[in-house]
Amino acid sequence: MSAIHIIVFLPLLAAIIAGLGNKQLGNVPAKVVTTGALFISCALSWPIFLSFLSGHAEAHVSPVLHWVTSGNLDFAWALRVDTLTAVMLVVITSVSALVHLYSWGYMSDEPDQPRFFAYLSLFTFAMLMLVTADNLVQMFFGWEGVGLASYLLIGFWFRKPSANAAAMKAFVVNRVGDLGFMMGIFGTFLVFGTVSIPAILEAAPGMAGSTVGFLGHRFDTMTVLCLLLFIGAMGKSAQLGLHTWLPDAMEGPTPVSALIHAATMVTAGVFMVCRLSPMFETSPTALGFVTFIGAATCFFAATIGTTQTDIKRVIAYSTCSQLGYMFFAAGVGAYGAAMFHLFTHAFFKALLFLGAGSVIHAMHHEQDMRYYGGLRKHIPITFWAMTAGTLAITGVGIVDVVGFAGFYSKDAILEAAFARGTELSHFAFFMGIFAALLTSFYSWRLVFLTFFGKPRWEQSEHIQHAVHDAHGHDDHGHEGHGHAHHGHDDHGHHGHHSDGTAGYHPHESPAVMLTPLVILSIGAIFAGLVFNHAFVSEGTGEFWKGSLVFSEHLIHAMHQVPHWVKWAPFTVMATGLLIAWYAYIKNTKFPAALVDQFGFLYRFLLNKWYFDELYHFIFVRPALWLGRVFWKVGDIGIIDRFGPNGAAWVVAKGSRAAVKLQSGYLYSYALVMLIGLTLAISWVIAQ
Amino acid sequence: MTGFPILSVMLLVPLVTAVACLLVDREQARTVALVGTLIDFVLGMLLWANFDTGGAQWQFTEHAALFAGFEWKLGIDGIALMLIALTVFLMPVCIGASWLSIDKRQGEYYAAFMLMETLMIGVFAAQDLFLFYIMFEAGLIPMYLIIGIWGGAERIYASYKFFLYTLLGSVLMLIAMFWMVNEAGTTDIPTLMVYNFPVHAQTWLWLAFFASFAVKMPMWPVHTWLPDAHVQAPTGGSVILAGVLLKMGGYGFIRFSLPMFPEASAQFAPLIWGLSMAAVVITSLIALVQHDMKKLIAYSSVAHMAIVTIGLFAFNEQGLEGSMIVMLSHGLVAGALFLCVGVIYDRLHTREIDRYGGLAINMPKYALFFLLFTMASIGLPGTSGFVGEFLSLLGVYQASSWVALICTTGIILGAAYMLYLYRRVAFGEQKNADAAAMPDLDAREWAMMVPLAAVVLWMGVYPQSFLDPMKKDIAALDARLAQARPKGDADVKMGAPKPAAEHEAHEGEAH
Repeated sequence: MSAIHIIVFLPLLAAIIAGLGNKQLGNVPAKVVTTGALFISCALSWPIFLSFLSGHAEAHVSPVLHWVTSGNLDFAWALRVDTLTAVMLVVITSVSALVHLYSWGYMSDEPDQPRFFAYLSLFTFAMLMLVTADNLVQMFFGWEGVGLASYLLIGFWFRKPSANAAAMKAFVVNRVGDLGFMMGIFGTFLVFGTVSIPAILEAAPGMAGSTVGFLGHRFDTMTVLCLLLFIGAMGKSAQLGLHTWLPDAMEGPTPVSALIHAATMVTAGVFMVCRLSPMFETSPTALGFVTFIGAATCFFAATIGTTQTDIKRVIAYSTCSQLGYMFFAAGVGAYGAAMFHLFTHAFFKALLFLGAGSVIHAMHHEQDMRYYGGLRKHIPITFWAMTAGTLAITGVGIVDVVGFAGFYSKDAILEAAFARGTELSHFAFFMGIFAALLTSFYSWRLVFLTFFGKPRWEQSEHIQHAVHDAHGHDDHGHEGHGHAHHGHDDHGHHGHHSDGTAGYHPHESPAVMLTPLVILSIGAIFAGLVFNHAFVSEGTGEFWKGSLVFSEHLIHAMHQVPHWVKWAPFTVMATGLLIAWYAYIKNTKFPAALVDQFGFLYRFLLNKWYFDELYHFIFVRPALWLGRVFWKVGDIGIIDRFGPNGAAWVVAKGSRAAVKLQSGYLYSYALVMLIGLTLAISWVIAQ
Repeated sequence: MTGFPILSVMLLVPLVTAVACLLVDREQARTVALVGTLIDFVLGMLLWANFDTGGAQWQFTEHAALFAGFEWKLGIDGIALMLIALTVFLMPVCIGASWLSIDKRQGEYYAAFMLMETLMIGVFAAQDLFLFYIMFEAGLIPMYLIIGIWGGAERIYASYKFFLYTLLGSVLMLIAMFWMVNEAGTTDIPTLMVYNFPVHAQTWLWLAFFASFAVKMPMWPVHTWLPDAHVQAPTGGSVILAGVLLKMGGYGFIRFSLPMFPEASAQFAPLIWGLSMAAVVITSLIALVQHDMKKLIAYSSVAHMAIVTIGLFAFNEQGLEGSMIVMLSHGLVAGALFLCVGVIYDRLHTREIDRYGGLAINMPKYALFFLLFTMASIGLPGTSGFVGEFLSLLGVYQASSWVALICTTGIILGAAYMLYLYRRVAFGEQKNADAAAMPDLDAREWAMMVPLAAVVLWMGVYPQSFLDPMKKDIAALDARLAQARPKGDADVKMGAPKPAAEHEAHEGEAH
């Protein structure tokens, strides 16, 4: 029993205790058990990470239990720890522990708390199994396990039809990706005769240039395998085409969005590509595809982010876009930069989500930014935390001097894309630069709409209900929200309000929610500065120790990029900030005017490029239609009609003997058996 | 254990219990039946404990000449052992499921169940061709009675369909058996399994057996008896039908068609693949639009059985072992799902999905078990469903990537129809007052759910317990099939060796 066993299995144990104990156990014990377990896991993870950081640790595998042997296929439960895993360990356990803590406050009015915390811990366990996997099947176990936890948490408020629909959509769309992942595992086993990751990675370069038959055609072996596996990554990481579940996943409680749909689970695809980077390196075509999808997603999601009004959806599209950055970083061969962005993004995006949760908490579950405004003075700590997160995501910093977390990681990615020097990498570079402009715009738009300007709360139904309730009416009208009331019912203001507040006074969140915000703010501010050297600089190969492909050559080229390339991210960041400032503070009529001017484009973006409508039209409706046709026409209309019913008809119309036979099915059956037996016996006797 | 005729005793115990059920007071019949099934369960576990893994292929053999060459010949290998273990494990659950819901002619009902247990174990233990045939066909009579007497409103139509389908196949199989005995000069199954039938004759023999096994399986398009039979059968009947009777087709393929006619099996593999692919896609889509819970699960069974057939006809160890695990897993999971339907059917007397909703509120423990079995049904790793499905599909990928791709779409469609079912039953608001008033699981239901859940997880986390006893038999079968194995479509060809694939290889290679 080593530390890694405790790190991984303690959350599982806590989830079982809290989940099965549930109501009998009570809220506080369930919360203590799960949160305590996560803090212990977190405390054990950092020393592992630091020992890799200082170069003292070696990769090792801790066996757990044998799993399956079938012919030459053999795999076991085991926990692998190397640099790549160590990075993921601290990300997962730290964010998870903080989200557990935060949920004490955020979910405090929830009647069903043990279930919530059990799901959170279960998720953490599955995610840890994913990142410690030593073979593809265990990775798939974690992969589907986090999918299950995500399904349960999105649908946590299971009375709400929209939450149920979103949960199911998340699971099914992910399964489309999993189809690719499974086919990838099958193909990998066929080619390499093993599912052990180290063995595959070792043998992969030798297979470069070989061809394989697949679906009746011949293809480059490694391209087929990498593309199949990458389809899995696209599903889990919500990349273009398989992204539709992520925005809907915001139906889940906000801490869930922070942990699963920002910091950890959705980055599993990036982790997978990095873990299997020696495989991807053997197929330029696959890498090209990864680059293209990443660049397209980073642009596409950012465009949608600019028009959404739901605060969580803006951040969700932002996540989708940032994942695109990570993928094209991997696609151009800068795996270290991809992991670095994954690392910093985990902190600042979790911060933004938890900050948004704090805003939503203060605003009585109103999520529409059109009804926010002027919150800066009411919830100052949340405001400063969100500002830190925004500074980090937009990549504020001065080249070669200092900056916030996202500045280091995003710039590293963009420089790598430029330095790679292929057409596709340049495409990714320009997409990334443009997306950075949009990122800056929508992030500051969020901050300005929420915290600046005048309060616009009075139009919000949630706020009206809150005020209404506070005035002593017991008509609890917002049951449609699907969960318990929130406790801001103590606002004693009366009379008419012309200041847009409707007499509502938002409160700053409690300390259990603010503490994680403050800790994550520190991460968002300093994570880039502190770890920049370890993740992406010359000599970093010693840090990664072969756990991913690290090209010193590329790092060197990154330092040689022209000055305009280095300054481009800064320029677009400032431009985005400026536009947002102009549109949402200086001249607030400007956005409406723009919408009038470009109505079509606005509606196209507002409706998310009509992906949902398209998918509904080409997949969902035909599937249901086909199901009915196969049932009513196929099974009933053809098979039954000409099969058993037809036979019955023939029998009914047949001779008297047949009618007699039909009168007692059991006897006739027994009779046939008897005839058969008699024949059998007489046959044997005759022999 | 040497000398103790444990298999005969296992056949005798339920038979004696059946007679006892008819004799005792009808209120007592269920207790008698429960005791009988539990004794057989203990015997079954003794059988497993004493099975020598890696020892002789055929163990616990018994032999007694009856008359004129017709022999009482029993014996099991690892494959039969696992299916017998499944049978004796599910039987007490079935009795438990019938405990309160059967309120007429209890004596006959339990007697029919006990008789069926004898016959099912007999199918898996028989070593004589005709003994097998009798058990195989007679096993349907009690099932037929259970549907026809204790079934729902449309029971007569359902039992008629069930009868008609199965009759057709068995006649052809019997004729084929006569021919085989004539040719090989023996009725001994182990001997027949290594007998090399002439290749041209294999074609006809294979088709005759296929007619019977395809119906029992059931394979598309001869599956339409199954939804009706399930819908009309009482809960206990559905559990045993899904749990064990559906495994007889698969057992038939692995015991007869594959080892006895390997060349014909290879020749007809594309037929099996085609029907299986059709089944996975078509029946999954049909399951998506069902309003009746039992019908939905019945259609999902057809899709799962298609994963069994592609695994069997993948001609490699992963495929064969995978299909065995799918069979065992499906026996547990589909049985458990029918039990879940039974639990709420007992309370509300409807299978209409829309009559439920929001059960996670008033029946949270039930919702948990239902969720676990739903997840096992859609093959979530860590449950039994995944291991079997994964091995089967991995096996067939080596034979044909097309077949693997089409059948793997089952994981998407399966998730869609099962989660849609779960969402409508367990989630949402409580829209029906009577459904909202239903109490959570009672002690009897707990006692049935917990063992099923435990085994489902055990088989998912450590399937070796179930794979090990079969390993040697599967390897032997794989070796026998090797001569006929169809060539896969992958055929990896090494390319020209490249100079160390460094990053320079990327330059100019833009997508």
